Amino acid sequence: MTGFLSDSAFFGVTLSLLSYGLGLFIHKKTGIAVFHPLLLSILFTIAVLAIGRIDYDIYYSGAKYLSWLLTPATVCLAVPLYEKLELLKSDWKAITAGIVSGVFASLLCVLLMSVFFGFTHAEYVTFLPKSITTAIGIGVSEELGGYANLTAAIIIITGVIGNVLAPFLCRVFRITNPVAKGIAIGTSAHAVGTLKAIEMGETEGAMSSLAIAVSGIITVVGASIFSQLY
Amino acid sequence: MKYIRQFTIILLISFAGELLHALIPWPIPASIYGLAIMLFCLITKKLKVSAIKETSSFLIEIMPVMFIPAAVGLMTSWNQIRQMILPYTLITLISLIIVFAAAGRVTQAVARKKG
Repeated sequence: MTGFLSDSAFFGVTLSLLSYGLGLFIHKKTGIAVFHPLLLSILFTIAVLAIGRIDYDIYYSGAKYLSWLLTPATVCLAVPLYEKLELLKSDWKAITAGIVSGVFASLLCVLLMSVFFGFTHAEYVTFLPKSITTAIGIGVSEELGGYANLTAAIIIITGVIGNVLAPFLCRVFRITNPVAKGIAIGTSAHAVGTLKAIEMGETEGAMSSLAIAVSGIITVVGASIFSQLY
Repeated sequence: MKYIRQFTIILLISFAGELLHALIPWPIPASIYGLAIMLFCLITKKLKVSAIKETSSFLIEIMPVMFIPAAVGLMTSWNQIRQMILPYTLITLISLIIVFAAAGRVTQAVARKKG
């Protein structure tokens, strides 16, 4: 069986898509926010692999084609952003201030909590790029001497939690302006959060996409400065 | 033909992003360079939205499933996470909430002041 699966070209992608379909179905039927389709699909896929004792590498040898599409899809986020370019022009001061504050808050928060929990330097720099997109975050973590695989895991968990909590956090912090909502989501929960922003509206989605790129680039500089502090 | 042309343009820009990533020694991924190139081409009217519209909408719509394989990879770092689960969960959750509040509130406050 394992021999067949490791040769199968379609197992990984099919399992991922079926899990997502099932997640979507349960989310619609129950209407419970925590039963998020992405979260459920991750859990279902892990469950199937664990129960069937199938290695992650066997799953990934097929599923990697889904990951392969991430770069072209991210490139396409420029289209909704371009369609909202007027907003970027009129609100650029607010957008810049918001993203810079978010990145600084992230780095400072990780610094303070690492001191509090007595993390090692390697653990500290592993968490520094936690809010930004995986591809940049892994690079930052590696360069500063962190555990890149752990950074990847934390970034994805952050994104999924951010995606699930976004509407709730907007209410709690009384963030009503669509531009501010998008910036908050993109800065705190990168591309996975952005998926929720896109659901919320065109402006939210465009601003969130913008925040992924800008906060990622600011974090590259900010994290290398912060890594000297602890 | 329409979809072939659209997908070719998107992949060409992704490839150009990869090229920049290889040439510039910063930890910025090909996708972010590609996003910038695409935006630049749209702003300078080198490229019309209609030339990529359907395919880009399709890719953005199916984007959630593209995160599943990497997220399932969590199972391989589970042993490392398990021992420190409480501090790791707290730092992840608390910093997420603080970043969300900071970025959202500041953006909203500055946007409002402008009127």
